[in-house]
Amino acid sequence: MSAQDHATLTQPIAGQASGLSHEDHEKLTLHVRRYLYVFYALLFGTLVTVGASYIPFGNHAINIAVALVIACGKASLVAGFFMHLISERKLIYGLLAFTACFFMGLMFLIISAYADFPRLTVTH
Amino acid sequence: MQPAAPSIPYPGLHEARHEEAGFWRTYVFSTDHKVIGIQYGITALCFLFFGLCLMLVMRWQIAHPGEAVPVIGPLLAALFGDMAAKGTVSPDLYNSFGAMHGTIMVFMAIVPLAFAAFGNYVVPLQIGAADMAFPRVNMASYQAYVIGGVIMFTSFFIPGGPAQTGWTMYPPVSLTIPTDGTTFWIIGMVFLITSSLLGAVNFITTIIQLRAPGMTWMRLPFFVWAQFVTAFLLLLAFPPLEAAAVMQLMDRVAHTSFFLPTGLAVGGTLAHVSGGGSPLLWQHLFWFLAHPEVYVLILPALGIVAEIIANNTRKPLYGYKSLVYSVLTIGFLSFIVWAHHMYLTGMGVKIATFFQTTTMIISIPSVIVLTCLFISLWGGSIRFNTPMLFVMAFLPMFGIGGLTGLPLGLSYSDIHLHDTYYVIAHFHYIVAPGTIFALFAGVYYWFPKITGRMMNEFWGRVHFWLSLLFMNLVFQPMFAQGMAGMLRRMADGGANYSQARVEGAIGGLSSGIMSLHTYILWAAVGLALAQIPFIINLFWSIKKGKPAGSDNPWESTTLEWQTPTPPPHGNFAKPPEVHRGPYEYSVPGHTRDFTPQNEPE
Amino acid sequence: MDIPFVVQPRQDTGLYNAKVGIWIFLASEVMLFGALFSSYILLRVGAPDDYWPRGWLNVPIGTVNTIVLITSSITTVMAWASCKLNQFGRFKVFHACTMVLALTFVCIKSYEYHDKFTHYEITLKDGRIADGHIVANNPKGDSVVISGRYVQDRKDLYDLEVRKAPHHHEEITIPRSQIADMESYGPWHNTYLAIYFTLTGLHALHVIGGAIVIGFLWGPGSKMWETDPERFTNRIEISGLFWHFVDLVWIFLFPVLYLI
Repeated sequence: MSAQDHATLTQPIAGQASGLSHEDHEKLTLHVRRYLYVFYALLFGTLVTVGASYIPFGNHAINIAVALVIACGKASLVAGFFMHLISERKLIYGLLAFTACFFMGLMFLIISAYADFPRLTVTH
Repeated sequence: MQPAAPSIPYPGLHEARHEEAGFWRTYVFSTDHKVIGIQYGITALCFLFFGLCLMLVMRWQIAHPGEAVPVIGPLLAALFGDMAAKGTVSPDLYNSFGAMHGTIMVFMAIVPLAFAAFGNYVVPLQIGAADMAFPRVNMASYQAYVIGGVIMFTSFFIPGGPAQTGWTMYPPVSLTIPTDGTTFWIIGMVFLITSSLLGAVNFITTIIQLRAPGMTWMRLPFFVWAQFVTAFLLLLAFPPLEAAAVMQLMDRVAHTSFFLPTGLAVGGTLAHVSGGGSPLLWQHLFWFLAHPEVYVLILPALGIVAEIIANNTRKPLYGYKSLVYSVLTIGFLSFIVWAHHMYLTGMGVKIATFFQTTTMIISIPSVIVLTCLFISLWGGSIRFNTPMLFVMAFLPMFGIGGLTGLPLGLSYSDIHLHDTYYVIAHFHYIVAPGTIFALFAGVYYWFPKITGRMMNEFWGRVHFWLSLLFMNLVFQPMFAQGMAGMLRRMADGGANYSQARVEGAIGGLSSGIMSLHTYILWAAVGLALAQIPFIINLFWSIKKGKPAGSDNPWESTTLEWQTPTPPPHGNFAKPPEVHRGPYEYSVPGHTRDFTPQNEPE
Repeated sequence: MDIPFVVQPRQDTGLYNAKVGIWIFLASEVMLFGALFSSYILLRVGAPDDYWPRGWLNVPIGTVNTIVLITSSITTVMAWASCKLNQFGRFKVFHACTMVLALTFVCIKSYEYHDKFTHYEITLKDGRIADGHIVANNPKGDSVVISGRYVQDRKDLYDLEVRKAPHHHEEITIPRSQIADMESYGPWHNTYLAIYFTLTGLHALHVIGGAIVIGFLWGPGSKMWETDPERFTNRIEISGLFWHFVDLVWIFLFPVLYLI
């Protein structure tokens, strides 16, 4: 089912009573199956995350990277499908893009402020 | 205030279908944006006055260290006990007044007045909406503000007094002074932040969703654009401070060490905390908010100034598009300049250069905005009424404030000027004869829409000239004091570092610099007295002011003036249709020198 | 004039008011948790290598909690889909499950907190360190009994990864007169626990808040289904968006605090 169909179903239908038309009814039922697949993927992702944390990669940074990549993947599934972001309007995308920029700024600039300390300086 | 009764009956008006609500639902627990705007306005003006009083006590102490405060000395002694022994201002009391003056002025006076009060009243009207998108959330945000304000106010009456460590509340000192005032401050801030967040959500949704048919983005009055950007700043910048406030609360109440470093010793003994924290973490999180916060303080004021200039020059604003893009750029850039408040914390050179660069860049759109407003005066048929006087004074005052920020934004010169009176003069020039003048102008300007009467013009001018004079007399000398090296937040006014104490000390503050304190005190008293005509004028004119004579006494083009006075519940009988931009003044070929936005073509 | 676009979307944005509102609010929540995550990074990077705890949290319990929240996410979206499909009964069932799962999450979290608050590190006057869970701590008694172990170096308390040799617990009785310092594994104990309790505590408050809103809509608020079903469905969607966000935060919290 296309993203556009998803969009039709996630936006309220103008002027209609609580029920959907038969077509939309069918589409949403198919859609529900999609939610279930996402659910299974999330469960799988959880088990993979836990399992991967026990694999000795040598450098602990790799464990961190793997865990965060899987977390981002799971988050994308929740945000994209459960929160209907995959078919959301431009306005919402724009808002979230700005938030993402400032979030990145907050994280990285604070760390860079520390990383750039002259050597042999006590930081805390 | 008059009840929300329409001056012309409107069939089908929302009001007509409901019974008159009782006193409490109409005036106290109202969800009408106009009532909420007025509630914010009155509460904020009260806090503004209270902050002014705190400042007077502080200036007395600086000019007359150790002497009992006249008139209210006994009251202070009764209230604060040891901290105000015999009516004198102890260093602890001075510090607590300083911290609360800053907190109250920024968070409880200016932002609620500029953003919440004017924004709530005017924005839905200017975009042609019936109310804000979420009226009950609006009411909740005002109530959260009141609760936060009450908590802050209550902190004055607890043993140990209110928070003492500046509005910046830097740990570890904020965590080690023996008063619970800091805890009250933190809890109060959580409520104030919640209020701002709810307000921001409301404003953004309203401006996006509830614009009237034909009100495209580029037909919005500049005031609405300014409030829109301000709302975004509050939305995204406040949460990190809320997180930091929670962490500092944990440090105080749960004895965590988010901001307490390992090996911290207080009064010679090792503190019994786990350590491992970072005082700099607080500074980063605090300034991540506090820098966008200063743009929150100035943007609504720029919006008000723009409206009044267009109206009183009888011509369109110069460079509407430049203004809009500049204000959007300012909003974006304001999030990545914050560490220019932290140049002296020992940051590495590369990161300091990054922040210095972004700080210099953000001055460009700010100058564009100011220049557009200046050029807007050129060729105008200027009407010198009270709002316009305040607005015209705003321009050079904000110019001085902004330009004096440049040596502070450059890390090299900031080494000398950081934490001196130069900084105090810089930001007060922007906020005091800057923002507050714009807010006064807004009060005089929109008063006839709220009450149907004009404020007295003569006393308005008296208020203006006296305020302008005394604002400059108070803050101008502080530049000199700062450059001479006088530091901020010194309870004795720098006497400890003066040449009077150590004769001929290099770098000591000269008697000339110290003597400025007396002049500043008198100017501050003059400034306070100059507000009396305003306060009397405000209340007297509600009932006895000259009737405005029409719904649009200033002959303005924007939609808030095309409603009855005061606007009824629901504002418009049916959605207004907008046919043109916001500043169609003196259009060639038209009989009148203004064309309202919703006038049919 | 009434407020438009409460239910019907606005033409040019394609959204109804509450949807814009909730996404804006969620943006602010991203910044809130983002600030705490950046604090976590800073505190961890700034800590000396041997003194950042590893393996102090029970991974199986955390995994169960993760599965609980993910399940509550699917029941939430199914509850909304049921409303859309005009199946009010199924909506009630799904959101009842959501609330039960929320309660389960909070209970498991409380158990984890309790475990920390009953775990003590005791420094004795002769320099030894005892560490374990309280068995008996009668204030009137003259000794404290813990189930734990002695360690030579404080560093040994920090890295408790399972793949290293597990340590044995025995009952240790310590006379009060020999105790120099006794502290539980609360937020005051070190910055790892401080940020753990703050992050999970704030998250738990959001879980409780979200559950209360969903509970209200499930109970008294469901009356709106009879008068204005579309508006009610929108409310379920909005509360569901908040709930998914709470799940999203946990998806990041779990690996960051428990695994890496």
